[in-house]
Amino acid sequence: MNLAALHERASLNQQVRVFFAERKVLEVETPALSQAGNTDPFIDSFSVNTPHGLRYLHTSPEYPMKRLLVAGAGDIYQLCKVWRRDESGKRHNPEFTLLEWYRLGFTWQKLMYEVADLLHTLIPHLQKPPRFCSYREAFLESVQLDPHLATEAELSACAQAHGIAISGEMPVQAWRDLLLTHCVETQFPTDQLTFLYHYPASQSALATIQQVDGQAVAERFEVYLGALELGNGYQEQTDSAQNRLILVQDAHTRGHDIPVDERFLAALEHGLPECAGVALGIDRILLCRMQRDDLKQVIAFSWEVA
Amino acid sequence: MATYGSNDLRVGVKIILNGDPYTVVDSDFVKPGKGQAFTRARVRNLKTGRTIEQTFKSTETHEGADVEDRDMEYLYTDGENWTFMDSSSFEQLEAGATAMADAVKWLKGNEKCVVTLWNGVPLQVTTPNFAELKITQTDPGVRGDTATGGTKPATLETGAVVKVPLYMEEGEILKIDTRTGEYVSRVKA
Repeated sequence: MNLAALHERASLNQQVRVFFAERKVLEVETPALSQAGNTDPFIDSFSVNTPHGLRYLHTSPEYPMKRLLVAGAGDIYQLCKVWRRDESGKRHNPEFTLLEWYRLGFTWQKLMYEVADLLHTLIPHLQKPPRFCSYREAFLESVQLDPHLATEAELSACAQAHGIAISGEMPVQAWRDLLLTHCVETQFPTDQLTFLYHYPASQSALATIQQVDGQAVAERFEVYLGALELGNGYQEQTDSAQNRLILVQDAHTRGHDIPVDERFLAALEHGLPECAGVALGIDRILLCRMQRDDLKQVIAFSWEVA
Repeated sequence: MATYGSNDLRVGVKIILNGDPYTVVDSDFVKPGKGQAFTRARVRNLKTGRTIEQTFKSTETHEGADVEDRDMEYLYTDGENWTFMDSSSFEQLEAGATAMADAVKWLKGNEKCVVTLWNGVPLQVTTPNFAELKITQTDPGVRGDTATGGTKPATLETGAVVKVPLYMEEGEILKIDTRTGEYVSRVKA
């Protein structure tokens, strides 16, 4: 346990609250245990037995916060613990702190600048302005391959050419994920933020989709410092039918082990205001602020000893 | 036999990969924000000692390697095989040259070694960290020159050649660090 990290975390949390107070963004709290969970196929929830049935620890406060937006809460943020099963490593702890916020009437581009402002406040040694790079540009630069057009065979050959040893077959998106984590992210500069945007539409989650250069891409961004991903933001999909379609498809891909959040979907039918939202990993930001490389150094008691 | 998920591939876990036993030397979990997770690992082949990088899908499972470390005493060699005995069961095993590798250089008899077995067959022999061996051949010593730190080669009774200080002579017993092959000190006979 690192006492300096406790102090840094306390002061970081305070800076976050000052940042949002100055911008008139309201701090909110939503339940950590919900009757429905996250249906994203690549995120696993912990479940808890309660006298009122199985409940799920939230993997992000997205659904209830959007219910608050529908109810007229205005600009809101939340700083809370979230849980993701089986995510454990130097830069993952199954329990971690997330900062999530929504801005009404913001575009995702405007939100990227707000994220940069906040991160430059929280990580004072960041001096250079952020760089912005589309998913396609990033792949073209680091692996000389168009991620939208490359076939499974081309992606797999590219991985092999870059010395990645992996066996078996995978769908196209998994190959993109492999190249992204092993080759693309590792090329990002370590002294400035990188905003990566325009993900393939298959990676849209609940973001809107637009056509760019003949490709359907998600109006979604991730922010990195070096190879470390710090957050994920969207132009939020406000179409309730589209939201339902994605959740139902995801639940189907998962095998229906997690119930679809009907309260969230019902709320959206009343009209989610046009907004952009983002979630940032506070523990990782603390890692950058303290220039450390293992989450164990910034968490009071990591998963193994919790 | 145990099976491991990719998330269980922590340092020291032993698995079968392409038919060979490997031990995990280092591993890390990587995952894009919304996508497939991978475990990036460095694994060492227990037969060849070679370390490679391997990436595993989060959904994969891996067969554990039935690898066991046993404390055994080195008895003798017939030049092709080296015989070891389990000091509690008196069971004897023979290790070949591949499993012996560098260990051969430090053994003269009765040393307590760690023999790593895979499916009951010796994979690797680890000698004690220090060996005490006699010099059988070295050029004549240079008297008085104890301070300059110069070295010369000396052949030991097991055939190993190590660098020793200039004043060391034939017949003297040395303490050697077997992990680095370096001279540590002189041993009073």
